[in-house]
Amino acid sequence: MAGEQNLQSKNRRTLLMLSAITLGMFGFGFAMVPLYCFLCQITGVQSVQQRTQTTASTVAANQSVSDRWVTVKFDSTVHPDLPWNFQAQERKLRVRLGEVNEMDFIAENRSSSEILGQAIPSVVPWQANAFFNKMECFCFRQQSLKGLESKHMPLRFSVSPDLPNDISSLTISYNFMRLDMNNEKPFTVVAK
Amino acid sequence: MSTATLAPANDHEHHGPPRGMRRWLMSTNHKDIGTMYLIFALVMLFLGGASAMLIRAELFMPGLQLLEPDLYNNLVTNHALIMIFGAVMPAAAGLANWMIPLMIGAPDMALPRMNNLSFWILPAAATMLMLSFVVPFFPGGGSQINTGWTLYPPLSLQVGMSMDFLIFAIHLLGISSVLASINIIVTIFNMRAPGMNLMQMPIFVWTWLVTAFLLILVVPVLAGGVTMLLFDRHFGTSFFNAAGGGDPVLFQHLFWFFGHPEVYVLILPSFGVLASIIPTFARKPLFGYKSLVGSMIAIMFIGMVVWAHHQYTIGMSLAAVSYFMIGTIIISIPVGLMVFNYIATMWRGSMTFETPMLFAVAILLMFSFGGLTGIMLAVVPADMQYHDSMFVVAHFHYVLLPGAVFGLFAGVFYWLPKWTGNMYDERLAKIFFWINVIGFNLTFFPQHFLGLAGMPRRIIDYNIMFTEFNMVSSVGAMIFGLSHLLLLYIIIKTIRGGKPASARVWEGANGLEWELPSPPPFHSWTTAPQIK
Repeated sequence: MAGEQNLQSKNRRTLLMLSAITLGMFGFGFAMVPLYCFLCQITGVQSVQQRTQTTASTVAANQSVSDRWVTVKFDSTVHPDLPWNFQAQERKLRVRLGEVNEMDFIAENRSSSEILGQAIPSVVPWQANAFFNKMECFCFRQQSLKGLESKHMPLRFSVSPDLPNDISSLTISYNFMRLDMNNEKPFTVVAK
Repeated sequence: MSTATLAPANDHEHHGPPRGMRRWLMSTNHKDIGTMYLIFALVMLFLGGASAMLIRAELFMPGLQLLEPDLYNNLVTNHALIMIFGAVMPAAAGLANWMIPLMIGAPDMALPRMNNLSFWILPAAATMLMLSFVVPFFPGGGSQINTGWTLYPPLSLQVGMSMDFLIFAIHLLGISSVLASINIIVTIFNMRAPGMNLMQMPIFVWTWLVTAFLLILVVPVLAGGVTMLLFDRHFGTSFFNAAGGGDPVLFQHLFWFFGHPEVYVLILPSFGVLASIIPTFARKPLFGYKSLVGSMIAIMFIGMVVWAHHQYTIGMSLAAVSYFMIGTIIISIPVGLMVFNYIATMWRGSMTFETPMLFAVAILLMFSFGGLTGIMLAVVPADMQYHDSMFVVAHFHYVLLPGAVFGLFAGVFYWLPKWTGNMYDERLAKIFFWINVIGFNLTFFPQHFLGLAGMPRRIIDYNIMFTEFNMVSSVGAMIFGLSHLLLLYIIIKTIRGGKPASARVWEGANGLEWELPSPPPFHSWTTAPQIK
């Protein structure tokens, strides 16, 4: 009988140990959230925050205008929570490297209430990110649109002449997010 | 009596099983629970197979014939989840329940009541999974789960309430397999017959030990990931919601941290079955016991740190991508070692080709083929081309069907006479083998060509230039799918009767399970066997 008691407490010990591992791994899943940002930083993997700088970028040292031309494409997405239309005036632009260009975006609030939004930029291919300079961008600030209001939103940019040679076309993509999600007021969409 | 405290519900000792539903609902007997696991897995195999056949029927011709795009993608999701969590894992757990106590000379599993719980969670989980499929058909049920089994946000954040059913189904499935794994580890560590040390255990028991450890290490991470998904959907958090500063790619990391080891979870138990079958029919001892154990442990550790090879296209740095590429290719060394061990076991053996052995040989051939395409996919620049194409579909079906499912079929044929006391019909079983294997190759081989030519996966329609190969593949899928009805018939026929099986069943079989009569008594090894 003593052997049996032994086995039972041994089983219980193993069970507890394994349960601890299980719970620990459940915790590890959540620990991945901060760990992930940290790992991305130390290994030089760009996180979303780094890829989508929303402040004016430092203008690259090389300011001369070169003879090389590239195509810049403009892409826009609106998050489903935001009842806005948002689009660039043109789909693409041929630009000379180093030259300062401007593109107008038009945003329109389809609902009848005032809503706060923010555009998050990203550049594809990501290798071109460091060479795309935004001198002035609507994405630097929160944007507010009153009910049914529409607004022109300018972007002034240049592409640095140091852009790697294998890149002949790049896309700047904006994703407009809703900011006042937490005090979410119900809105009614009145326009298409 | 020594087992009384080990298996409390067995106090009615020696009168055989209780009668009626109580026998199954309240069972704490490892054989009954094993049987229930296997029957559950068989039912799920047919459900998952039916969804696959619907997918292939739709893909028979370009254009939309039978299904809507969202319904199609929901079937893709269901097929994967049902096959992985409903069919393969429970079937492997069923084999573990039946065979591990018999193989290590234990009277039962260490924690019999937990064993009952871990099985009976499964039907509840399967019901939840089915509900997630059914709900969108009702008014107000929201949209269908069109994400695939990977459940990537942001799509999974936008799906209707069916996603919540699915998340809870995954929680339940996870709890069930973690409980089963804990039980298996405790049994293996503490319940071995006196004198049997870890390095004397059959390889099948070893594979399950490694599998169980993998499961308790990775399933909780998936549970955490889908919990965050649930929070993002309903409680205003932004783990993955980019609008609130979250990162959708983080979910991919959490998912594949589970998802990659999961493929070893699916494959290892079947490789353990091969380690029992091949020595029996080659009539030679296993070639390299120690290197098999070593390979498995290596697979477990390396397998946990190479997950991001599923995500080459997300824009990782060159350093990170190179690391995951090299790690992935390194894994092929221990896996190859296992395959070569089995080939060396067959080398110059006196082989006979009963159905389990036929499956074993076919598995080694086809699994190695899937392994080679795996190395192609591991290479980053090549993967950029093959990513999300039908080539990937062909690759992982070549790995998982032979590596996992056929291994389980082989195990069922190998041990069915032991479980039931009757021999199965060898002639029918061989017919099943040939139809099954030919149907499988007909289905998946053309998909390699489709993928290389550029056909993407998970899309309901395709360019007309892909029509011929898709037709071949669909015809193969129908043959393959329907062949399982023959499997069902053979199993039922064997349970109902047949030539009585001897205790040893197979001439060359070795191991403790063959010392017991066929079928083994309801309570076996109540006195531990002597290990020489």
